[in-house]
Amino acid sequence: MGLEQKTGNMGVVTTTLEQVINWSRTYSMWPMLFGLACCAIEMMAAQASNYDMSRFGMELMRPSPRQSDLMIVAGRVTRKMAPVLRKLYDQMPDPKWVIAMGDCASCGGVFNNYAVVQGVDEVVPVDIYVSGCPPRPEGLLHGVMTLHEKIKRERLKDWK
Amino acid sequence: MNDHLHKAVDAIQSRFGASLHQYAGEVTLILGREHILEAAQALRDEFQFEMMVDETAVDYWPQQEPRFHVVYQLYSMSHNVLLRLRVPLDGNAPHVETMEKIYPGVNWKEREIWDMFGIHFDGHSDLRRILMPHDWQGHPLRKDYPLGYEEVQFTFNQQAIDETKPYAKE
Amino acid sequence: MPDIREVSVDELRHLVSDRAMTGETMLLNMGPQHPSTHGVLRLLLELDGEIVINCIPDIGFLHTGVEKNMEAKTYQKAEVMTDRLDYLNPMGNNLVFCLAVEKLVDLDVPPRAQALRVILAELQRISSHLVWIGTSSLDLAAMSVFLYAMREREMILDVFELVSGQRMMTTYIRPGGLWRDVPAEFEPAVDEVLAILPKRIDEYERMLTTNELFLDRTQGIGVISTEQCRQYALTGPVIRATGLAYDLRKARPYSGYEQYNFEVPTQAAGDVYARYLVRVEEMRQSLKIIRQALDKLPGGPVRSDNRKFVPPPRSEIGVSMEALIHHFKLWTEGFNAPAEYVYAAVESPRGELGVYLEGDGGPKPYRIHYNTPSFANLQAMPIMTRNHFIADVVGIIGSIDIVLGDADR
Repeated sequence: MGLEQKTGNMGVVTTTLEQVINWSRTYSMWPMLFGLACCAIEMMAAQASNYDMSRFGMELMRPSPRQSDLMIVAGRVTRKMAPVLRKLYDQMPDPKWVIAMGDCASCGGVFNNYAVVQGVDEVVPVDIYVSGCPPRPEGLLHGVMTLHEKIKRERLKDWK
Repeated sequence: MNDHLHKAVDAIQSRFGASLHQYAGEVTLILGREHILEAAQALRDEFQFEMMVDETAVDYWPQQEPRFHVVYQLYSMSHNVLLRLRVPLDGNAPHVETMEKIYPGVNWKEREIWDMFGIHFDGHSDLRRILMPHDWQGHPLRKDYPLGYEEVQFTFNQQAIDETKPYAKE
Repeated sequence: MPDIREVSVDELRHLVSDRAMTGETMLLNMGPQHPSTHGVLRLLLELDGEIVINCIPDIGFLHTGVEKNMEAKTYQKAEVMTDRLDYLNPMGNNLVFCLAVEKLVDLDVPPRAQALRVILAELQRISSHLVWIGTSSLDLAAMSVFLYAMREREMILDVFELVSGQRMMTTYIRPGGLWRDVPAEFEPAVDEVLAILPKRIDEYERMLTTNELFLDRTQGIGVISTEQCRQYALTGPVIRATGLAYDLRKARPYSGYEQYNFEVPTQAAGDVYARYLVRVEEMRQSLKIIRQALDKLPGGPVRSDNRKFVPPPRSEIGVSMEALIHHFKLWTEGFNAPAEYVYAAVESPRGELGVYLEGDGGPKPYRIHYNTPSFANLQAMPIMTRNHFIADVVGIIGSIDIVLGDADR
């Protein structure tokens, strides 16, 4: 790109635009507080001092969808809650990502009945699935780090 | 059965013709729908059963007469005894009088029984669905309501299920 | 997918006052996704300025259909689902299910298993109260208590992981006793918890109990009387904070609680501050119970010998034909329960948790109903929040200590 050519022989550390933007998106991602059930407790434990999620820039868990990038669906989504989930997802501005935390969000989990949506990917498109019932906080951190790697691989033409 | 419980059971049996059932140290009285309100009033006022701990229902489909049993669990704090009352109801348009005037705490429990079983409570102040969405059709805990089981994906049917599953697009 | 246009004012006309119809008061939706509602609880508040005239809770956003799902599984498989109801008290849920099954089929429990059950249930109570103190203080803007409480909770979760392999949903308490015996590191680990926790609880008290801001936000808020508690069947710390010492561990003791020496803390005021004091003191009494149980821990087996209901240990299967047959029958078909009904109850950190279990002669429960404390306690929200500011509603929800998985099942 033009910027690269101009700054190339000035000794400035050159990098591609994609890398800079992906890097900044990754390290300042703000999750939206979407803890529903038991996985929410493990998400809170991941946020607390033992397994600190603030190291990844996720210091604040914003309850408002307008101010967050990442929705961690933690817990079972029931048929009554599904329209609420979709509405909140629609209210989040782009770019946004979704982590389905736990078995109930990934596939319905232990509950295979009339009340639980069998996998939150029936409601919103999911980027990362974290398995476990509930996943250990380290499992959630691994999911977050995998999401970071996925974002770093994004290309200019994929951006919405 | 301790003395106080014995007195209460005898009174309810003689006044309302209830039948007695005991198992594992627990006492149950089975009485008819028309007597349940007076029996509960008597138990609360004369025998100090202050708390209605639980109210639930059981469905005995395909048996139609009776199809439902409404189960009331009463507790007396002053004498520390538990007593259970059961009311059999038949299958078509089951209804029973509400216990709300005597024990206000059963408000939500009766709403839940209406939601899950379809048993109507006459005189309830606010009978609408509580656990299911407000426009849900059907009463889930009835035995003729299906579980809503989704077939489990194994390798042999993974493609087939994937195609029919309603995945969300953007 | 149904549209999110929920109940309109017309349908709720009988619940809101007349002033809502003219627009004099405002109906505000404190929606299912809210940081302070401790889960997916929806509150419809009718507000006159900032004062709450009426509060209508709307639950069911976490209704998992557990009761119907458990009817389709055998007793052993159904127990897995019980952990996930009140997810801050999985040991308690398991315990009450096992007590009901043991009552139904008349199964004995050896004394070592009873003592260990008491220790685990009390550790679970402390861990649940730690989450309560963390989150309710977070709602009242005392953030550091949250981080400290979660740090202590990690110690207790380490004990659970040592014993069963899982931090939260252990399914460790099984009908007839426990799944397996505790390893040798259990006693030193619990000793460490008992050594560290009293000083930490003192630390929380130093931060909150005499803190003027905390007192202003909690004293005189959300008052409820003993008579109202009895009418609405509220149990647990809510009724103990009104002055009545009603605790199921003393009134209808289970699992050997009558052997242990502990007090039931009460307060007289019935407000948010009283409930806070009751729960903090309960944590201390739990430590006392664990100390006594650990000192008197008897030896012996941890699971009943009754092979009709309890699978045999792996070592026996290789040498005995009956053991193999029992193992096969129990894991494929399950054990049969008589066509009777029982009710068993325990004291969970939130109140009286009871199970109504009805068998039908077969291997699956015919009807199981959980009588959960959060469902009953949440009914008192309209009474407690009347004529309070909207900021107090948050403190009141925290003080009732609801868990929506418990309320919605």
